[in-house]
Amino acid sequence: MPTPRRAITVRGLGRRFKDRWALRGLDLEVDRGTVHGLLGPNGAGKSTTVRVLTTLLRHHEGTAEVAGHDLATEGALIRHRIGLVGQNAAVDEVLGGRQNLELFARLHHLGRRDARRRADELLERFDLADTGRRPVSTYSGGMRRRLDLAAGMILAPPLLFLDEPTVGLDPRGREEVWSAVRGLVDDGTTVLLTTQYLEEADRLASRISVIDHGRVIAEGSPSGLKSRIGGDRIDVVLTDEGSLERAAALVERATGSPVRTFREEHRISAEVEDRAAALTRVVRALDDEGLRVADVLLRRPTLDEVFLHLTGTEEHSHHGTEVGR
Amino acid sequence: MTATDTHTGDRPSPLLAPAPPSGPLPRLGWALADGWTVARRDLLHWARGPWELGFGLLFPVLMVLMFVYLLGGSMSVPGGGDYTEYLMPGMFAMVMVFGLGETVTAVSTDANRGITDRFRSMPMASSAVVVGRCLADMIRSTLTLIVLIGFGLVVGWQWHGPFDRALLGFGLLLLFRFALVWIGIYVGLVVRGQGGMAVIQTLEFPFGFLSNAFVATATMPVWLGTVADWNPLSSTVAAARELFGGPNVIGEGWIAQNALLMAVVWPLLLVAVFAPLSVRRYRGLGG
Repeated sequence: MPTPRRAITVRGLGRRFKDRWALRGLDLEVDRGTVHGLLGPNGAGKSTTVRVLTTLLRHHEGTAEVAGHDLATEGALIRHRIGLVGQNAAVDEVLGGRQNLELFARLHHLGRRDARRRADELLERFDLADTGRRPVSTYSGGMRRRLDLAAGMILAPPLLFLDEPTVGLDPRGREEVWSAVRGLVDDGTTVLLTTQYLEEADRLASRISVIDHGRVIAEGSPSGLKSRIGGDRIDVVLTDEGSLERAAALVERATGSPVRTFREEHRISAEVEDRAAALTRVVRALDDEGLRVADVLLRRPTLDEVFLHLTGTEEHSHHGTEVGR
Repeated sequence: MTATDTHTGDRPSPLLAPAPPSGPLPRLGWALADGWTVARRDLLHWARGPWELGFGLLFPVLMVLMFVYLLGGSMSVPGGGDYTEYLMPGMFAMVMVFGLGETVTAVSTDANRGITDRFRSMPMASSAVVVGRCLADMIRSTLTLIVLIGFGLVVGWQWHGPFDRALLGFGLLLLFRFALVWIGIYVGLVVRGQGGMAVIQTLEFPFGFLSNAFVATATMPVWLGTVADWNPLSSTVAAARELFGGPNVIGEGWIAQNALLMAVVWPLLLVAVFAPLSVRRYRGLGG
């Protein structure tokens, strides 16, 4: 069988629940050997997309080819070539890591000896070899997710679906999962990753589809998406909160564009067109007024700002203070 | 942290798992093998936490002790007979009923945790999850039944006819449990853990008491006795009493007169309704 260049090709995918369309007219192309990020807020249709493409849910409209097979007619063959790591760590809590992997390996119809060998390989690979017989319920969140990843990799499937793999993990657990995912991609696995963490998409994905209300509203590389909303931004951080309003007015005048204010961080952010000139104007204006500045920086927009720009929902703005920088 | 931190060793040699079989017979083989693998998961649970299984077995034993020694003194069997002998077939059936809660819990926990979804996204027989559940629960119930039979013999119950008739009685009890497994799977998939388990466990006792398991339905108000007679549990209990040859109180109505027949018909009817419902629910989880 010739190996197609794309791992996933989706045309006009639609899925409704009762009469509400969760997906409508969704187009998606995922190149082999890449991490493709599916980025969107809660309820945008990310999980529904994954559930449809992994044959867990039927679709009502459109066509899709997944891992070289037609979604409508070749579900069994698709299941043979994909791995799914869902939002919950879908592993048995009572059993140990090795027992879990052996169980799933047996259900992939590996023989008893092959199942044991594969379990050992995967435990080694995901850094779980020294967990011994401990039940999974004693694992940390990061360990559990790594076991979950391993369970999705039993047959080393060429295509892996990760549905919000780091939700609920602490920063260290996230870092563990990310580096595990990178390791897989280095070995040639294609990954479709859904996330609402912009940082995650930025760090892992080479292409990102922004999804909202069940369809893709923008697509590109992380840097391409960022340049879509044009200009660089200037951030001004003040030493105290008191002069925030005055400073905001000054920055607005100096840059000629609307500012956003992040009160807790004493930070003001505005778009700039002429980098160096704008920087000089802002610094001079603040200095003239005698405002005390802790930091000034010029930067590219964060994915969060891109997201905000694309979806036009203000409710995400507060995330921008902590993610994606 | 670098990109290859967890990347130890080379890519494992490509694994060639057998492709899904075609033809009905190999496919049945797969379904059974996968079902057994799923069921074995429960056996591994028991091996890991034997005390849990132990407590599960202890509960019916305590119930028997309560009914025989605390309540038994004031219980009498209409038409005469030893209450312990009258009670035990009812207790056997109650143990089958208690298994319902275990089925619901296991099914809804898996569905909630996403384990069911993982199974469904894997290249395994699509019937394996329900078949495996069924196998594991039947094994567990058989084990519970054996323990309780042993305990029944200790407190003075016994069968009075040929052994094969007694064996048929045990078979009917397990057939009843088999029907309850399918109800449990269906309920577990529908409620997915949202308090549904509590409802089931609350309903187990009324369901048990509204039958001939503990007292003869003739001692109830007429309308209630009729309802109790039509409880599938009653048919199984009455049939078991008949087969064990101990004291039995046979009611007036047609349903009570045909307990042996109904002890077969009721479970088959329930399976015929709930097995397809469960499988459909499982295949179409999430709509």
